[in-house]
Amino acid sequence: MKILVVEDDAEAASYLIKGLRESGHGVDHAADGNTGLEMALSASYDLAIVDRMLPRRDGLSLISALRAEGKDLPILVLSALGQVDDRVMGLRAGGDDYLTKPYAFTELLARIEALGRRRGALPAQTVYRVGDLELDRLAHSARRGSQFIDLQPREFRLLEYLMRHAGQVVTRTMLLEHVWDYHFDPQTNVIDVHVSRLRAKIDKGFDVPLLHTVRGAGYMIRDGLR
Amino acid sequence: MTGFAKLIRTTAFRLLVTYLLVFMVFAAALVAYIAWNTRRVLENQLNETIETEINSLAEQYRLGGPRRLAGTIEQRSRQARGFFYLLTDPRGETMAGNAVDIGSIVGRQPGWHELSYTRTEEGTSEHAFARVRLFKLPNNLTLVVGHDLDDRQRMRMVLRSSMAMSVALVLVLGGIGALVVTRRVLRPVDNMTDAASRIMAGNLSERLPVRGVGDELDRLASHLNLMLNRINDLMTGLKDVSNNIAHDLRTPLTRLRAGAEEALRTARTPEELRAALERTIEDSDTLIKIFNALLMIARAEAGASPGSMTDLDLSTILADVAELYEPVAEEAGMRLVLGETPPAAVKGHRELLGQAIANLIDNAVKYGKPLDAATGEPIVITVDVGSSTVDLSVADRGPGIPAADRERVLGRFVRLEESRARPGSGLGLSLVAAIAHLHGGTIRLEDNGPGVKAVLSLPLAKGMAGATG
Repeated sequence: MKILVVEDDAEAASYLIKGLRESGHGVDHAADGNTGLEMALSASYDLAIVDRMLPRRDGLSLISALRAEGKDLPILVLSALGQVDDRVMGLRAGGDDYLTKPYAFTELLARIEALGRRRGALPAQTVYRVGDLELDRLAHSARRGSQFIDLQPREFRLLEYLMRHAGQVVTRTMLLEHVWDYHFDPQTNVIDVHVSRLRAKIDKGFDVPLLHTVRGAGYMIRDGLR
Repeated sequence: MTGFAKLIRTTAFRLLVTYLLVFMVFAAALVAYIAWNTRRVLENQLNETIETEINSLAEQYRLGGPRRLAGTIEQRSRQARGFFYLLTDPRGETMAGNAVDIGSIVGRQPGWHELSYTRTEEGTSEHAFARVRLFKLPNNLTLVVGHDLDDRQRMRMVLRSSMAMSVALVLVLGGIGALVVTRRVLRPVDNMTDAASRIMAGNLSERLPVRGVGDELDRLASHLNLMLNRINDLMTGLKDVSNNIAHDLRTPLTRLRAGAEEALRTARTPEELRAALERTIEDSDTLIKIFNALLMIARAEAGASPGSMTDLDLSTILADVAELYEPVAEEAGMRLVLGETPPAAVKGHRELLGQAIANLIDNAVKYGKPLDAATGEPIVITVDVGSSTVDLSVADRGPGIPAADRERVLGRFVRLEESRARPGSGLGLSLVAAIAHLHGGTIRLEDNGPGVKAVLSLPLAKGMAGATG
């Protein structure tokens, strides 16, 4: 992906740019809000990572200006302001996702992968397939091979989210945000227990596991053979 | 500034001076009105008196002509004090009458006239006024009948002096009153100003004086005192937080630093280095969590913008969070049981309420395991809607908390000895307390005999109060 990073702190920016390049992305950098806006308007990027507090033009105003110009590229807001209200403000200004500093790079990477894929992918499908696992959103059913899997409503949403992002790392906070719609700190490994329950239902008794734990990052569902 | 200069600069004094001027104008206007009315009444009376006199003279003229008239006038001139009579022949010579002083009137038009003259009496002469009526009789005779205006003059003098007196009285009494009242108002204000200066100078425990008379200054002072208390609480809280942060973050920070140093010194293989770095990241994540929790507490205690509060059903949030924790509880060998959870509308912050409920359930799962594991008693969660509040309770059957410690564990970083070995920051319950406070509610820990019953009590949203369905 071609990514624009708008971040004024030189060290944070170089760390971010290095990490993104190592993950195979093309990265441009702007060190203030106005430069960032000019660059985002003049070139076409697949995604922008925007810090909230920038010199010359703050991040939220940059995003509003971009949206007003009709630019609909996905935008991830980075901020040291991490309270719930700040988050809501960031999303309301036109950001697609919000990440609080300090963040884990794996978390950032997982989120921009999800954002980038979202724009490129087909509109939400009715049927998701990974290997021989199939989830039908209309029929509200899931089966592996010929065997139907009995899922609780929340387990169904969990599997749906994982399968929509098949092949991508999905972090625990992303799951809490999208499957449970909460952003708070759950204190305990609650998400892990839910995922392991789901894993027991879809992988137990099959030779090829589909739901993988990515160490230090989160989870990924993928066809083990591919 | 001198005392007097200070006095006249006060609002009270300026107000009083303004009132004083207004009252002076009122007093003057009142006296003037009375004067005008009195003068009118007196004039009418005088006119009537003169008319009566004229009528009786006319009667004499009708009966006996000019001669009889002149006789009557001569007679009356001698006895009637205050009246003027003058009868002149066509040449202007006086035929009869006492009004020699006003002879000049004769040439004028018939009708009412007011004139001034010099009266000579017992050797002194004085200026006086008179009101007269002038008639032209047949044969070119002229008759003038009038009366002096001494009564009116006397009345005018009285009124003039009473106007001066009343204005002077208002001025003097009002001025004295203004000084007294201003001083009275000024003294408590001065006291308050002095107290405020001392508070600003650093004596933060001092409060503004409240005299106990319940006037507006007292109300102001007691409100300012409440504000000072609140500021004091916040500052104490801030001091506590910074002390606690210094104290409690120092330990993990030291560990973090020591771990990294140790790895640099001893790690020989890339694997060892990697493991050390991973530990470092884990430790810093813990620090970030503690930091976030502290920030959240600080924000909640400072009070969030009311705009971020919406109408919510507490039971829906509870169901979400309980569902989230249900597998964890099961894995820990416990059961979460939802008791009665009727709808309970509260005005609140969904994320924060979710966090509070999560912390309560998390505590119950971590510390609420029955000592006798065989009993397998569940964690019971209920919602009880009262007339104006809703109580959400999470009750476990664990070892419980000694009564003496129940209040203490709500404080920041407080961890009971038994739980020190287990993971946790000691911020969970204080965050719940801060969130409860933000929503105008409370958190209390009760004895569940055995176990702990944590009760989060929140005010019901308006419109729901009383509805217990």
